[in-house]
Amino acid sequence: MATSHQASGVQAGRLPAEEIAENFSDLHPAYDPHEAAVAADRCYFCYDAPCVTACPTSIDIPQFIREIQAGHPASAARTILNQNILGGMCARVCPTETLCEEVCVREAAEGKPVEIGRLQRYATDVLMEQGSHPFTRAESTGKSVAVVGAGPAGLAAAHRLAMLGHDVVIHEAKAKSGGLNEFGIAAYKSTEDFAAREVDWLLQIGGITVEHGKALGQALSLEQLKADYDAVFLSIGLAGVNALRLDGEAMEGVCDAVNFIEDVRQADALAEVPVGRDVVVVGGGMTAIDAAVQSKLLGAENVTVAYRRSRAEMGASRFEQDLAASKGVKLMFNVQPAGLKGNGALEAVELEYTSSEGGKLSGTGEMVTVPANQLFKAIGQTLQGQPDMLALEGRKIKVDDQGRTSVSGIWAGGDCASGGEDLTVTAVAEGRDAAMDIHAALTGAAG
Amino acid sequence: MADLTSDFLGIKSPNPFWLASAPPTDKEYNVRRAFEAGWGGVVWKTLGAEGPPVVNVNGPRYGAIWGADRRLLGLNNIELITDRPLEVNLEEITRVKKDYPDRAIIVSLMVPCEEQAWKDILPRVEATGADGIELNFGCPHGMAERGMGSAVGQVPEYIQMVTEWCKKYYSKPVIVKLTPNITDIRNPARAANAGKADAVSLINTINSITSVNLDKMAPEPTIGDKGTHGGYCGPAVKPIAMNMVAEIARDPQTKGLPISAIGGVTTWRDAAEFMALGAGNVQVCTAAMTYGFKVVEEMISGLSQWMDEQGYTSLDDFVGMAVPNVTDWQYLDLNYVAKAKIDEDLCISCGRCFAACEDTSHQAIEMSDDRVFSVKDEECVACNLCVNVCPVEGCITMEEMAAGTVDPRTGDVVADEYANWTTHPNNPSAQAAE
Ligand SMILES: Cc1cc2nc3c(=O)[nH]c(=O)nc-3n(C[C@H](O)[C@H](O)[C@H](O)COP(=O)(O)OP(=O)(O)OC[C@H]3O[C@@H](n4cnc5c(N)ncnc54)[C@H](O)[C@@H]3O)c2cc1C
Ligand SMILES: Cc1cc2nc3c(=O)[nH]c(=O)nc-3n(C[C@H](O)[C@H](O)[C@H](O)COP(=O)(O)O)c2cc1C
Ligand code: SF4
Repeated sequence: MATSHQASGVQAGRLPAEEIAENFSDLHPAYDPHEAAVAADRCYFCYDAPCVTACPTSIDIPQFIREIQAGHPASAARTILNQNILGGMCARVCPTETLCEEVCVREAAEGKPVEIGRLQRYATDVLMEQGSHPFTRAESTGKSVAVVGAGPAGLAAAHRLAMLGHDVVIHEAKAKSGGLNEFGIAAYKSTEDFAAREVDWLLQIGGITVEHGKALGQALSLEQLKADYDAVFLSIGLAGVNALRLDGEAMEGVCDAVNFIEDVRQADALAEVPVGRDVVVVGGGMTAIDAAVQSKLLGAENVTVAYRRSRAEMGASRFEQDLAASKGVKLMFNVQPAGLKGNGALEAVELEYTSSEGGKLSGTGEMVTVPANQLFKAIGQTLQGQPDMLALEGRKIKVDDQGRTSVSGIWAGGDCASGGEDLTVTAVAEGRDAAMDIHAALTGAAG
Repeated sequence: MADLTSDFLGIKSPNPFWLASAPPTDKEYNVRRAFEAGWGGVVWKTLGAEGPPVVNVNGPRYGAIWGADRRLLGLNNIELITDRPLEVNLEEITRVKKDYPDRAIIVSLMVPCEEQAWKDILPRVEATGADGIELNFGCPHGMAERGMGSAVGQVPEYIQMVTEWCKKYYSKPVIVKLTPNITDIRNPARAANAGKADAVSLINTINSITSVNLDKMAPEPTIGDKGTHGGYCGPAVKPIAMNMVAEIARDPQTKGLPISAIGGVTTWRDAAEFMALGAGNVQVCTAAMTYGFKVVEEMISGLSQWMDEQGYTSLDDFVGMAVPNVTDWQYLDLNYVAKAKIDEDLCISCGRCFAACEDTSHQAIEMSDDRVFSVKDEECVACNLCVNVCPVEGCITMEEMAAGTVDPRTGDVVADEYANWTTHPNNPSAQAAE
């Protein structure tokens, strides 16, 4: 009989629980104090440092690294959190290889940047382990703000608003806060329930009430929120997922990558999460890579990422691609799903080779069939449940640089709003900046 | 292969690397192992007079300064001279010298500043067969309070007097070890010379407090709740030691007086530099205490590699070669003009040169919007700060301006002939140029 590793179909417990636990350990493990000191010492304290410009939240990176180097990581953490209240999560999930570390002068010089992300984690860990919260609220302004969605954008906005003296109520559809920090980020990036711990720590500022199970469009309407609060900030992310539009998409084994990842994140025991022996992930972004890698780590034997364009066009960074490859994930480029085979349950995926000459993608007609008990769709999330009254830009809520929507009194930020990349750190920056603009609007303070 | 054989005061050793008088040379066990590891000689840990030995503190003796990755840069100690009985040390020295006739053994001494004390101990030292003695006039802590060590080394008359006693009661070479805790190293060196010392060795440790424990509010190392100043050594003291060696080497009154250089020697290069400044050999303490006796292997291989590359066949070929080029500021060529130059290909755009020059020097570096850095020759005074703060070796260089070209900063033509401050018109006591 085949061992569980080789067992056909979709099964839980393909690997011993200890091995799975080991597989899902921290992607970038924490530094010990000496490692942090050595890593910090590599920073050149650049003039007008490029890393600061590359960080969407503009953290003063040379300053915080110097604070670590001089032996006071807690003040380093304050430097970080001043700009980015989710600095702890960002330290774990930011694709630093395309942000701060990409422009580090040591990356340019020797291909080895200062490990800014890990240093940031070191500093924020030290502060959070102290259990206290470094910020206090300003005197009450008597104003109240509704935030819709407790993801990174909503949390960042709420924290800043509370700090400035406003009362904030977060309306969150789900039973847990954190948004994709809690449900979407790969499990090996946010270990030991960090997302939930960070939310608890953030809420220590006071003045923020979170109401779970409150979905805009269902129990809540934007009109009502507008009437009940002095301002509204929308940060509902992208709740919808794109479909393949192929026959058999309802077959057993075909599912959304985000749902699979959510199952992984929310599992009490990872060994109980079922995964196919043969897995195909369709897509080319971070979600595709995360779904593929986590399938592999759970014990799937063959995992293939099928991306319809070339490697260079792939949304996932080279670091993410290499990570997947190092875990044994096969990356296929220039292939698109053309058919799903199976009888009730998925058995194989038919892929068609593509060419993207002249920028236009077309199938070549040549086919390859890949066995698959499971197919994860990771071809993009879409805005869902946005109020009709708001103007859109592309497929997102239209906002200006301050996060103002087309309707006065309503701001939006994060993945649901136009502008910026769909990243945790961008969501934090947009939430924070919208909060500053809301504050200016509510208090008449000059923006 | 270059010949590293050293002949210092007629004392032969297979290489110029001696262990300085300190814990590495405190006993037979250590010294035998040091010789096996390849050290050319040792200066035995300082002996005191007959009688109950000194006692050391029973808490921490060392404090330190570290660089990145805890590389030890400076060490400070509050240790005294040997705390083992004189008789035991003398017996051990005798035995070891007998077994290692090709290695140098020098006996370091520190006894009270009375003729009788020296008269008593010197024949006993002579009887060991050791190659010479070193007078420890340098120890800055503990012994100085008893009127010995640096308390003697700070008074030139005492140095001369004790040296004379030693020459009177001892037949082999007498080396006087100098303390750096004085204002002008030439005075004690001249005194040693006047007392007919065969050589001077320097430096002993520098008075220092390496750190303050901010919880205890006491200097470190802290014994209970108190600390004291200790003696500083290791890589951090090398620049100070080198200057002192050079001062003695070029002082007309002590010119030619053999020098054994000590202070921060860690690699072959440190040794080569000291020797270029006139030292006949070097002594090492902290490097051995940090890395163990094995460090000497790199000193040996590095020095012979370099000598081979330079075509030097013996140490004498380069000892003292840099001495004529050490001069006083007033003799530096004021007509020499240079400008900093940034190599754009090597530049990694950190902007440190910009910050340094803009904030603290001459506003001579320009930064473009896309982080290209270039030197404004019309502002650059060639101070070298940018070179020193640049993290990339060789990226910023100092380019000499050719005679006949115009220095855009001053508008003056760069002159061909040498001219210094002594003849400069701005110098109130200038002598007219001839
Ligand atoms: C699988 C996956 C992996 C990712 N990995 C990374 C990564 O490694 N690094 C990185 O930087 N970024 C990553 N991202 C992107 C990142 O997670 C998002 O950019 C970020 O979470 C956006 O924050 P947000 O607050 O705008 O939205 P979300 O995090 O999506 O939060 C939106 C919140 O609003 C709630 N909500 C939705 N609709 C309603 C409604 N109608 N009423 C009330 N509440 C509602 C949701 O339940 C949720 O809590 C990943 C995304 C995915 C999907
Ligand atoms: C722990 C310690 C003890 C020392 N004891 C003596 C000593 O007894 N006699 C002496 O002449 N110098 C003593 N020194 C000074 C060293 O011989 C040497 O002059 C000094 O350390 C500088 O050399 P370095 O930089 O290679 O260590 C001692 C140094 C140290 C670190
Ligand atoms: S040499 Fe001095 S003055 Fe000239 S550019 Fe460099 S720092 Fe500025």
